[in-house]
Amino acid sequence: MKKSYHVMIVGVGGQGSLLASRLLGNVFMQLGYDVKVSEVHGMSQRGGSVVTYVKAGEQVFSPTVEPGEADLILSFEQLEGARWISYLKKDGTMIVNTQKIDPMPVITGAAVYPDNLIEKCKALGAKVIDVDALSLAEEAGSAKATNVVLMGVLASHMDVAEEIWQKALEECVPPKFLEMNRKAFALGKAQ
Amino acid sequence: MKKLMLGNEAVARGLFESGCKVVSSYPGTPSTEITEYASKYDEIYCEWAPNEKVAAEVAIGAAIGGARSFCGMKHVGLNVAADPLFTASYTGVNAGLIIGVADDPGMHSSQNEQDSRNYAIAAKLPMLEPADSKECMDYIEKAYQLSEEYDTPVLFRLCTRVSHSQSLVDTKERIEPELKEYKKDIAKYVMMPAMAKRKHPVVEARQEKLAALAETTELNQVMMGDTKIGIIAAGISYQYAREVFGEHASYLKLGLINPLPTKLIRDFAAKVDQLYVIEELDDIIETHCQKIGVKVIGKEIFSKIGEFSQKIVAETMGIPEKEHFTLDETIPMRPPVMCAGCPHRGMFYVLSKLKLTVFGDIGCYTLGAQAPLAAIDTTVCMGASVSGLHGFNEARPDSAKNSVCVIGDSTFIHSGVTGLINIAYNQGISTVIILDNSITGMTGHQQNPTTGYTIKGDPTAAVDLEALCHAVGIPRVRVVDPHDLAEAEKTVREEIAVDQPSVIIARRPCALLKYVKHNPPLKVNRDKCKSCKACLKVGCPAISFKDGKAVIDETQCVGCSLCKQMCKFGCIE
Repeated sequence: MKKSYHVMIVGVGGQGSLLASRLLGNVFMQLGYDVKVSEVHGMSQRGGSVVTYVKAGEQVFSPTVEPGEADLILSFEQLEGARWISYLKKDGTMIVNTQKIDPMPVITGAAVYPDNLIEKCKALGAKVIDVDALSLAEEAGSAKATNVVLMGVLASHMDVAEEIWQKALEECVPPKFLEMNRKAFALGKAQ
Repeated sequence: MKKLMLGNEAVARGLFESGCKVVSSYPGTPSTEITEYASKYDEIYCEWAPNEKVAAEVAIGAAIGGARSFCGMKHVGLNVAADPLFTASYTGVNAGLIIGVADDPGMHSSQNEQDSRNYAIAAKLPMLEPADSKECMDYIEKAYQLSEEYDTPVLFRLCTRVSHSQSLVDTKERIEPELKEYKKDIAKYVMMPAMAKRKHPVVEARQEKLAALAETTELNQVMMGDTKIGIIAAGISYQYAREVFGEHASYLKLGLINPLPTKLIRDFAAKVDQLYVIEELDDIIETHCQKIGVKVIGKEIFSKIGEFSQKIVAETMGIPEKEHFTLDETIPMRPPVMCAGCPHRGMFYVLSKLKLTVFGDIGCYTLGAQAPLAAIDTTVCMGASVSGLHGFNEARPDSAKNSVCVIGDSTFIHSGVTGLINIAYNQGISTVIILDNSITGMTGHQQNPTTGYTIKGDPTAAVDLEALCHAVGIPRVRVVDPHDLAEAEKTVREEIAVDQPSVIIARRPCALLKYVKHNPPLKVNRDKCKSCKACLKVGCPAISFKDGKAVIDETQCVGCSLCKQMCKFGCIE
């Protein structure tokens, strides 16, 4: 088992990064790690850039991750992936949803959404895996399950037993959405 | 049982386990979840109060009544609750009383980053500060013991990173203390001058006793490692320091942060070569060290501004940054925005179009200050829109026909209604717009006195805003649907024109409320779109331009139709 994990989940407020971070925190707890999950609530939630940190290890002190420290970054949106790429360890992995969401300065014309961000991140030498999680979530039954699809992709890059993920899903997802989320998770993991 | 818990949830769990019986709070990020989680325990009476002053007074009353009680708020809420706080320090308690206050260094969701520790010093109260969820839970128990043993309210300081981080805790059973006997004691509870004069020396003596406790309490811990560097820190700053230096430094970790120890600090200082104080915001610990003649390095290298991190601690103390990727690309900012379908958007569009001076307030609608709506001129504190507008218009009488204020339903009840009474009483003619979205929105949907439901979701009396405004002396009270742009504009034009004070209630529930039915998403007919960009003027995150034409994001659009009302060519269907 890996000695420690520094994971970041980044996206746009409202995309479900809280659930994703809680799922992962639950998984680490089941594995017997000390765990800290740093969340974002309040004003920055409303459609803003959102980052949550999930850290696991023998003993975790600070709940946050710094540039060059993240083993894994899960990005729910391209621009947000690019925003946080500096936080990735040189040998870390970023999983990025190919969805693009224009921020307000782009909508108003005050800024431009850069092209080919995923390619540009790859060109730095970073290991970047892109996935159309939105389509997979729709296939599972709801665009809202994009977060859990991405957790499935993340699971495929971590050496954690399937039943631990399933137990985390049961404990973190409301029962009426559990089946749909199991499907979303499986679709992500099969990527 | 081991559980992963949010700091705020752990505070609530601590309240439950310690036998807390009464909780009264006003929501405010990052403190809100304490009271939400506390309300899930049937053993605790829990309520949202109209503001922090009322909440603190309820908790004080409950403590006098013999029940362990709690009141939670954000840092600026303590300004509102400061009046009862300072005198409750004199009366002391009967059963234990904890005032929880969550600071927001870095201002993730706040209008300033004041340091609540100053209140503990000013009100002469003990203050505890936990560094993780386990301590959130354990320190609540300690705080109640201190409160009862020393006959004092106890301040419980949190910060965003502790309140909103999850870490592991061990839960246990609740103890159920008996309701303490209440005895009438006017020398203790009636703070008129004669009694208060006798109480002040008691407060000073209590502080001395607590200062003696600070030397020995297990809340303050010395952890010796390498002695080249000694670090004094509390709360999250300790975690950052420990993350950076691990065993390569020695630590004095403070859990009781007011009053501060003297001998403990001197002894620790004597054991290390170079002593640092790492504290976010003000130089409280550092100033104390200087006062007792202990040389420390603090704010000469660390900032008084913003939130710290292990990176800031490391770089400030000369440890180079870790190697990392650098993307040579301008990444546009993504500020928070009003949601698609937000009922505030329509009114802000109208105010922006009419180029009015708009006094703003605290809530989701503060986001109306940003482009493209850019409709707000001022934001100071809860309630300041109404009173501030009156002052502005008294200073500049001509402006009354060209200005309004906006305030949410919860904020209006919190402290806007007193400003409205002031307008009516002092013959003002200002126009007040209450943005009634039927919930306390920004903090994540809390009930309030206008919604008709309690914190537990039970039906209750709802403030009749129209009747209330009439009752305080406002002759003109209008209700308008902010999603009807033409009607909203007409109403605003009429009310700013009259020589009387008026209230416009823009009423439509928050689009994120579960009971709000959404319309099917709208679509842009690309053949008809003339690329005029009129639809973008409402600043909806669901509508943008792709390949020269408007496009609507179906996953976000709730069919509110504002963009459709903006389109002169009928191309939004």
